[in-house]
Parts: sequence; structure tokens; C-alpha cells
Amino acid sequence: MSIFVDENTKVIVQGLTGGQGRFHGLRNRDYGTKVVAGVTPGKGGTDVDGIPVFDTMEEAVAITGANASFVSVPPRFAGDAVLEAARAGVSLVVCITEFIPAKDEAYFYNLLANDFPGTRLIGPNCPGIISPGKCNIGITSGAIALPGGPVGIVSRSGTLTYQAIHELSQQNVGQTTCVGIGGDPVPGTNFIDCLAAFESDPDTKAVLMIGEIGGTEEEKAAEFIADHFSKPVVAYIAGQTAPAGKKMGHAGAIISGSQGTASAKMDALTAAGVHVAPNPTVAGQMMVDIVRAF
Amino acid sequence: MDLFEYQGKQFFAQYGIATSPGGVADTVDEAVAQANAAGYPAVIKAQVQVGGRGKAGGIKIANNADEARQYASAILGMDIKGHLVKRVWVERSSEIVKEYYASYTLDRGAKKYLLMLSAQGGVEIEDVAKTDPEAIVYRHIDPTKGISRGEIEDAVAASKIDEEARGGVADVLELLYDAFVKGDADLAEINPLILNTDGNVHALDAKVSLDDNAAYRHSEWADWQATVEYDGRERLAKSKGLNYIGLDGTVGIIANGAGLAMSTLDVVNQVGGSAANFLDLGGGASADTMSAALEVINTDEKVRAVLVNIFGGIVRCDEVAKGIIEALKRVELRAPIVIRLDGTNAELAREILAEQGSDSLIVEPTMLQAAKRAVELANRGA
Repeated sequence: MSIFVDENTKVIVQGLTGGQGRFHGLRNRDYGTKVVAGVTPGKGGTDVDGIPVFDTMEEAVAITGANASFVSVPPRFAGDAVLEAARAGVSLVVCITEFIPAKDEAYFYNLLANDFPGTRLIGPNCPGIISPGKCNIGITSGAIALPGGPVGIVSRSGTLTYQAIHELSQQNVGQTTCVGIGGDPVPGTNFIDCLAAFESDPDTKAVLMIGEIGGTEEEKAAEFIADHFSKPVVAYIAGQTAPAGKKMGHAGAIISGSQGTASAKMDALTAAGVHVAPNPTVAGQMMVDIVRAF
Repeated sequence: MDLFEYQGKQFFAQYGIATSPGGVADTVDEAVAQANAAGYPAVIKAQVQVGGRGKAGGIKIANNADEARQYASAILGMDIKGHLVKRVWVERSSEIVKEYYASYTLDRGAKKYLLMLSAQGGVEIEDVAKTDPEAIVYRHIDPTKGISRGEIEDAVAASKIDEEARGGVADVLELLYDAFVKGDADLAEINPLILNTDGNVHALDAKVSLDDNAAYRHSEWADWQATVEYDGRERLAKSKGLNYIGLDGTVGIIANGAGLAMSTLDVVNQVGGSAANFLDLGGGASADTMSAALEVINTDEKVRAVLVNIFGGIVRCDEVAKGIIEALKRVELRAPIVIRLDGTNAELAREILAEQGSDSLIVEPTMLQAAKRAVELANRGA
């Protein structure tokens, strides 16, 4: 099994006619993902390499029966695209767009929470989600992932997600689902959402979690793990040597005053019984050892 | 982007929030002229983005033109915690009855906006939170709903702000919310928000941080963007579109992706070294980006070794390797370069780099080994 996506997920790419949307949308299709349509206002009736393009999400969903959307549009259009997808009734929206204003993000996060509780948003500013062998939505390279589980991955960083997948695949340890929740301050899906889903997924036997400085989501995840999570968790927190007050590449990766430090997160996770690793390589090895011992 | 106090007051003015009339000055003569225009007693305030200006002697009240000259001379050019004072703000001194605190920010944990209000202003709000947490009123705001006049009045009453100031404070809070939301601020803080002897409430200070991601819809930010201070390397990196933060160590870092770049800093530290910088190439790692990155790092005289850490997902490692070789033709590096490439086509990439056969171009198979090698080289060169 997998979480949030599977072999039946049917995806519409919002922005399929743009450079990025086309590139990643076609890669996702080549991987085997059911990419059934694209949406670009004004380009309805055309196609991208055989994938039909519609003017609106409503029309695209009505005709194709899609249940997921991949938002690959510039920051100023991203908020409207996410809301259009939710209104069209898809249950999953993956938004890879970086540099969306925080106000827009906070607005659509709350609008989805209030009015569209059936729609899950992953991102923004994330690599997307891949369930190896079944479905890949976003920019992750499918080639590095290994189907079959038993490890679930959840991460705030794109390249560290790839690094984590690679560390496991190299040693022949597969993944059930890898979720990049993104590096922005208000992610649509957080660690706890993913952990809860992994807990319910019988094929996921252990979880590799990659956090980073900024915010308190890792501390909340630690609480959740202590109270509600039964499977082994290995964690790595990036930014242990990052200076305070600087945004380390991601809008959300910033130590504000005493809040958001790596050490606070590592302490909280350790206290919750999580195996905390000093770097991604050690984290990978810890996970391999855990899986081998099953 | 963090605004200076005077810019924060300009920002407030755009949304109708009252401040003391005044003006900026970059020279002593200008400061005296501003003080004469504002009237005495006049306050001369150092414009630096660091707390504790007052204690450092960066805020003085002048009772006449001679004193204005004397204080402006002392403050302009002053070093406050490593920040050079290049500009002062001069305004008419206020007759203060009470000092309060008000701010709006985004609470990441709650994913909502947060109003913080206190009858105890003029001191660090973090200190109030520690010593007298009950003295701060917190109100979460759903961004899709906003905050009503009634909710604001309720918060003001709960804060125990003096009766005679409550109407004025509520007015400011309405305007400040507007400024925070429409102005795309990450933080809009007034500390202190004062009650004057004439019964008016206005902002005596302004701490505003704007969301750079929203800059495209705020052409009025241009003047403020022009005064943002970067060090030389940060400016060069910014002009080349690189995400760079200068640090103090000896190992120059280049990585693709913010997470991997942060992680590279961690690993360098764990094997006994120290990073000279954070540098995220972003999604692409073309010869152009790589040249730009190496050029920026090359201007840092503390760098004794360069560590390139790339994970090729979409980006193919062989393309990155070609980019590095091309970049090295354009930039003559002062320090040896250690390269770790993993992911798509990594084997091919290592072969391409090996063919170069250069002593100052070292390829290591893993992130840890590459970090160790770079640190070894950096420490040897020290």
C-alpha cells in the first residue's frame, strides 16, 4: 500500500503548457503516473504530447474523472490554482511552486481547512510525492526510488528527500511513499498528517523523517510519535550549524530568537523515542539496520 | 526585508497610522535642520536594525540646536553592536503618559495571524512574556475572516490598557491590521505605542519586516530595497541569482537545494571543520551557475578548500561535471576543490572529472568522505 496516492490516482497538471509543467508532467507520465489532463486558461482544446488541455479545472475533472492535481504555475497564480483545484473537487493538490507570498499561503491554507476539508494540499515549495512503482507527482526523480517498502519518508527538503531515498535504495531497502512536505512556513500537509497516514498503512514498517530548523512542527511531531505512533522512526534535522536570524534557502528555515533550533527539535524527538541521526548518511544506515532486523 | 525605523514609519503612514512628525538626516547639518523644523525638545535616533539602541547611546533628546549638533555628531558614525550608524531619524519629543505594545505576525504553529497586545510597552516583549506572561493578550485571526472592531475592542479591554486610551488603541489596531495584510508584512510591531498628554495614541517606534516573496505587487518598496545592506560577497551572489549567506569558516560550500546545503554545513562541522558560507545553487547546476558560485567563493579570502556537494535527481550528474570543468576554465580557484556527485549518472560524472587529472580537483564518492577531505585540506592550509 501507500499513502495519499496509488496506482489509481488520476492527475491533472495545472500549468502543463508551461516549461516546468510540461517537463515534469511528461516525466511523471513516463514514470507510469496516470496524467490525464492539463489545465491552462485560454489553451483549452490543445494538447501536450497527447495529453488534452482544458481551460478550467471544473471541465477537466468532469471529463477525465481526475482526483488529483499537480500545480506548476508561477507564484502569483498559485493561490488561485490551488483553490480552483479544491473547488473542482479533487482530493489531492500537490503544489511545487516556490516563492509564494506568506499571506497567500496562510489564506488558502485556512480556506481549504474551513471549506474544503476533503482536499489535501501537499506543499507549496515541495518536491511532491512519490509512491515508487505506482505514482509520482512532482519533481522527484523516479529512477532513484525503489518500490516495495517497507520505509515511508517524510521531509521538508527536496534534495534531502532524494538523498534519503538514495541512501535506502543503494542498500536495497525500498520505500512505500515519500512525501516532500516543503520548506515554507505554512505547509498544507505536515509531519503529523504523514505520520498518521503511515501508522495506518500496513506496508509501511518504519519512517524516516527529515526536518530542518525553523518553526515547531518537528516538536509537535515528537509529541505525536510519543502518544500515537507505534513504528520505529529515524530522524535527521538539517541546519544544526545554521546561524540564527537567517533564512537558510527555504522561507521557513529560520531560527527566530530561541525558537526553531535544531537542538530543540533533536532533543524533543530523542525524548519521544526517535532514533536521531547527526547527518543523512547515518540516518540512512540506522534505517537500514532497523529494516534488516525485522 | 527588515525596514529601518524611519521606513517603518513611512510604511505606517501609507496606512494612516499616526507617528510623530520628523525626518531623516545623513549629516550633522541636516540633523540640526530637521530638529529645528520639528521643534525642541527633539529626539535624535540612530537608524540601525539592532535592538538596544537606547542603551548604546544611539537615542538622545536635544533641547536646542547646540545639543542637536552635539548629539548628531556623536550618533552619526557610531558603531552599535557592529552596525554603523549612517542615518538618524529626528522627531519632536513626545509627552508620554503611557507606553503600550502592539503587533501582528504570522503564527506558523497555529497557521493563523496573531495579534499581541500589552499595557506594558517600551520594553522587550520577550522579557514581558517571561516575567509577566499574563500581561500579554494573544488573539489568533483566521486570514479568511480577518478581525472585527468588536474583537479588537475585546482584546484591548482584556489587555487592561487605560480607559482613556482604549478608543485610540483600537483605531491603531484596525489600521495596523490593514497595513500588516495589505502591506504584506511578516511582522508589524509598534513598541511603544504611546498615549500622549493631549490624549492621542500614536506609534513612537516601528518595527516592520516585509515578505520578499510579495515584492512583485509592491512597487512602492523600491526605495527601501535600495537601502538593504549586504556584505560584498552577498551582493555579488545576489546579482548572480545565487542563494548565499556568508559565514566565518574556511570551507567554501556549494550544494544544490537548501536542505542539502544546510546538511553540508552540518557534516563539515561534524568532521572538525567550519563552513565559510551557505550556498544553494537551486534546481539547476549549469556551467554558468557553477562559475558564478565559484567566483563568489573565490572572493572569500578565508576559504582554504571548496566542497561541492550535488545530488542529481532531475539534474544529471554528468551535466554537472561538465559544468564544473567549464567553470574551472573561467575561474581560477585559489583553493583546492573537493567534489561529491551522487544520483543520476554519477558514475559517468566521476569518470569525466577523473579525466581532468588535476591535483586541485578531488572527487570523493560520499558526502561524508568529501567533507572529511575538504576539512583536511582546509586545516592543512591554515
